Amino acid sequence: MFNKILIANRGEIACRVIKSARKMGIQTVAIYSDADRQALHVQMADEAVHIGPPPANQSYIVIDKVMDAIRKTGAQAVHPGYGFLSENAKFAEALAAEGVAFVGPPVGAIEKMGDKITSKKIAKEAGVSTVPGHMGLIADADEAVKISKEIGYPVMLKASAGGGGKGMRIAWNDEEAREGFQSSKNEAANSFGDDRIFIEKFITQPRHIEIQVLCDSHGNGIYLGERECSIQRRQQKVVEEAPSPFLDEATRKAMGEQAVALAQAVDYASAGTVEFIVDGDKNFYFLEMNTRLQVEHPVTELITGVDLVEQMIRVANGEKLTIAQADVKLNGWSIENRLYAEDPYRGFLPSIGRLTRYRPPFEVVEESHVVRNDTGVYEGGEISMYYDPMIAKLCTWAPTRGEAIEHMRNALDGFEVEGIGHNLPFLSAVMDHPIFIAGEMTTAFIEEQYPDGFEGVELPAEALQRIAAACAAMHRVAEIRRTRVSGRMDNHERRVGVEWVVSLQGEDYAMTIDADHDGSTIVFADGTEKRVTSSWTPGDQLADLDVDGEKLVLKVGKIPGGFRIRSRGADMKVHVRTPRQAELAKLMPEKVAPDTSKLLLCPMPGLIVNVAVQVGDEVQEGQALCTVEAMKMENILKAEKKGTVSKVNASAGDSLAVDDVIMEFE
Amino acid sequence: MKDILSELENRRQDARLGGGQRRIDAQHARGKLTARERIELLLDEDSFEEFDMFVAHRCTDFGMEKQRPAGDGVITGWGTINGRMVYLYSQDFTVFGGSLSETHAQKICKIMDMAMQNGAPVIGINDSGGARIQEGVASLAGYAEVFQRNVMASGVVPQISVIMGPCAGGAVYSPAMTDFIFMVKDTSYMFVTGPDVVKTVTNETVTAEELGGASTHTKKSSVADGAFENDVEALAEVRRLVDFLPLNNREKPPVRPFFDEPGRIEDSLDTLIPDNPNTPYDMKELIHKVADEGDFYEIQEDFAKNILTGFIRLEGQTVGVVANQPTVLAGCLDIDSSRKAARFVRFCDCFEIPILTLVDVPGFLPGTSQEYGGVIKHGAKLLFAYGEATVPKVTVITRKAYGGAYDVMSSKHLRGDFNYAWPTAEIAVMGAKGATEIIHRADLDDADKIAEHVADYEDRFANPFVAAERGFIDEVIQPHSTRRRVSRAFASLRGKSLENPWKKHDNIPL
Repeated sequence: MFNKILIANRGEIACRVIKSARKMGIQTVAIYSDADRQALHVQMADEAVHIGPPPANQSYIVIDKVMDAIRKTGAQAVHPGYGFLSENAKFAEALAAEGVAFVGPPVGAIEKMGDKITSKKIAKEAGVSTVPGHMGLIADADEAVKISKEIGYPVMLKASAGGGGKGMRIAWNDEEAREGFQSSKNEAANSFGDDRIFIEKFITQPRHIEIQVLCDSHGNGIYLGERECSIQRRQQKVVEEAPSPFLDEATRKAMGEQAVALAQAVDYASAGTVEFIVDGDKNFYFLEMNTRLQVEHPVTELITGVDLVEQMIRVANGEKLTIAQADVKLNGWSIENRLYAEDPYRGFLPSIGRLTRYRPPFEVVEESHVVRNDTGVYEGGEISMYYDPMIAKLCTWAPTRGEAIEHMRNALDGFEVEGIGHNLPFLSAVMDHPIFIAGEMTTAFIEEQYPDGFEGVELPAEALQRIAAACAAMHRVAEIRRTRVSGRMDNHERRVGVEWVVSLQGEDYAMTIDADHDGSTIVFADGTEKRVTSSWTPGDQLADLDVDGEKLVLKVGKIPGGFRIRSRGADMKVHVRTPRQAELAKLMPEKVAPDTSKLLLCPMPGLIVNVAVQVGDEVQEGQALCTVEAMKMENILKAEKKGTVSKVNASAGDSLAVDDVIMEFE
Repeated sequence: MKDILSELENRRQDARLGGGQRRIDAQHARGKLTARERIELLLDEDSFEEFDMFVAHRCTDFGMEKQRPAGDGVITGWGTINGRMVYLYSQDFTVFGGSLSETHAQKICKIMDMAMQNGAPVIGINDSGGARIQEGVASLAGYAEVFQRNVMASGVVPQISVIMGPCAGGAVYSPAMTDFIFMVKDTSYMFVTGPDVVKTVTNETVTAEELGGASTHTKKSSVADGAFENDVEALAEVRRLVDFLPLNNREKPPVRPFFDEPGRIEDSLDTLIPDNPNTPYDMKELIHKVADEGDFYEIQEDFAKNILTGFIRLEGQTVGVVANQPTVLAGCLDIDSSRKAARFVRFCDCFEIPILTLVDVPGFLPGTSQEYGGVIKHGAKLLFAYGEATVPKVTVITRKAYGGAYDVMSSKHLRGDFNYAWPTAEIAVMGAKGATEIIHRADLDDADKIAEHVADYEDRFANPFVAAERGFIDEVIQPHSTRRRVSRAFASLRGKSLENPWKKHDNIPL
């Protein structure tokens, strides 16, 4: 076995690989850019080598620099993680030239599968069903439009070297094909240094289901079941699970066997993933093969008990697989939620900054359930603009899908992340969504269910009542503490009352509290009773309560005169008042937010790439106004309605903060 | 007998109605509560004891003798906030528009005198059209009587003004002399001369809101210390503030039970200071992580944001915090921030509230506007305030402490009790580049040499150890242990006793 392995990656996946390597007794080497000096993977590794400035194209994906780090540390093998150099054949070749093992498939397999056009040809030849599309290279936007028309809209434009949603666009008409071709090309050039684009039929109502394969260099190959990854936003996966609630045993077997056949057609030797698109009739089409460890690999590990990273290292070391297909048993259900530094309330735009608070839920490994959090960040760490906005992968496992979901809901409630915008509320919303619960999602789930973006969850009345009871109990504790201040007038102390009115989401809940040593019994005006017990004390930002025997976890913040409560994707202002205070509060006018409809605000911190309009221009609804680049994604800001530009405050090259006014309209 | 007793109830009923139901409804329609409703929200339930409910004015001009409502437009008395005594007055806009008459002023003066005698804060709820014109000079005299008491009470008991309606003309000077002014957004304004006079005299067209609304006074003029959405929120937050304040200048600041470990370690503070010395970071995070339960009551949040002022608790006891804010103007001192912090420091010193100073200051803001504006004298206010303060003073230098600004920010030399520095601190006359360009002027044309000198200077001086060698820094501490170190420092200073030489009063550079 290798003595020392270098991980040519960063973030959670670097940490993940280090864990397995350490378990196997292998020393680890991290590499890091200027932006990652204090990153978690650097702290975890036995050694760390600095490899350049923050942009990945000057550090993590510069082959020479990684090779230097290998020479300097004497690492015998390299695990590339995902992204970066993981599917870069040149890198694999460079390693081979120096006799360093690549923890991944052979160069030939990377080359053949890495190019989406070649890979489809090979898949076809290997008897794998494929989606109709144009395999050749496309010269310009005009040709892109012509080909798109031939295939028939909708079509998907994809970067040939792409992955993870970058350089990918869907076009429903000529204009979008033209625009999408340009922006895919730009993004592809920036992200992968390869601007080739191809086009294929976009299958509507599809599900994204992928097969995990594992092959050794001795001709053995197995599949480890599937992962359902249909919940995606702009082709970027958000929620994954294994197994898929949609597949039957026969389809699973057929897909698995085709996947293994494809892998073996290219002499694959490592862990790999064959992605399929599956329609409502369980017809499946080959999409692409990822010749690397997949982000969502933990769900497969949780239902199969196989450590994929360990297997990859063993295969790279020339060992034979010790698992046969017959040994692979799918046990229970696992769900993964990806925590992104993206603000769901601002159209999921990337959010960067310091993690002022980062407290993931406790990891648990028990018979009844597992909670696993693969992370690359820590409290006080920085989310930089240079890399992928995914900061953690929260996974749960339980014997059944329903239990796994329930554990996930609780884990999300207990996950504290402050300082940046993040998608935790959105994940909670998905976990409670009836379509997800029924397992009936397609890749269009987010677009269809949240067409106008995400504005938080409206909790059902029963949940609100539980929260109202909890808040009253907490408020009472806080108020009693306030009465214990020094300097009070003896014998004339304030007595905290038993009657309260909780206002939340526009509802008033009148109640009385009967408190004893163990907790509080809350009696609502309608006679409903709730028993609340909790060890919450003022200042705790996470309240772990028990309401009528059921667990309730609330994130508790302060607002003037009340609480900010977050739970299950809802974000609420809660006021607990005496009946008289509540009566007087009712007299207060509702305040309306200032009108920003005549302004174009910068939705995220980023760089203005271009401004497409000038003062005096009349713009149509949907017309592109300017492009903001953040986290390597080009975001085109479009006019929300028809208007005339009266002022432009920013120009190309300007660095803007959230809510800076880019332009104003008449 | 029974009739006599019920006569009292009848009179009380009458007095409680103030200007009558129609005017009460009008007050509500404006989004405002009545004077009595405000008292209910400010005080503990059923704790209000009223004075002078039946006082009526004595004016006989302009037919005033026909209208003599009980109370005369202001409700006065005392009550408790979380069991601690406060005196208060609340002007009743439904009675003669809350205008101030001779008797109205006498009611206010009475409770102010009692507050000073008995050692309890005064809270004034202002909602008044101004002087009662019908009373003429008697009304003006009334104002002056109140002003004189504001002056006498200053530094004896905390005085808080809540502006919940108009407050114009001479009336503004009573709040102006109190310790804190809070306003309610959209329903309160303060100015010396109103929009009509402004238009006549200067030809400026301006609305009352623009001229003296909550936004103007919290962001531009710094007259007000905070603004709230509505009456209910404002009064709840005033209660919260009172929880931090001592009742008078002879008492220690209040202590209450706390649910936070004084030794709490915050590892994330070890990465608070960015690698690049020119990159800002949010000092509020440090304040929140040092404070008990993360609770920070900020004063003048929207003004001179390059310095932060406010109250926290450590081990349950109130501590005033002054901190440079690197996210705004790099945290430099300027006219506004010096004035803001100086006033806050002096408030704390008046009332024996210990002061925690968090320092990351690159110096004073340069420029003609600063010099012409008198930054020398304004900066001196903060220096003076720190120098004269005798309360426990603990200072933590997180990063830059350059030049004169280092001296100002509660340095050891200004009788700082504990002066801590993080390992990231740089205590120096100025930044490395500026310093080398002066010291090595001869090499200015040689970029390589200058770079070398800069590196040398950084090695030697961009750290806390030069100052620590001289004892100007008592101890270099780990960022993660800041709460523990600061809490223990203040704990050790509970018995501090320090007196300034006798003087009539000092002559701070106003």
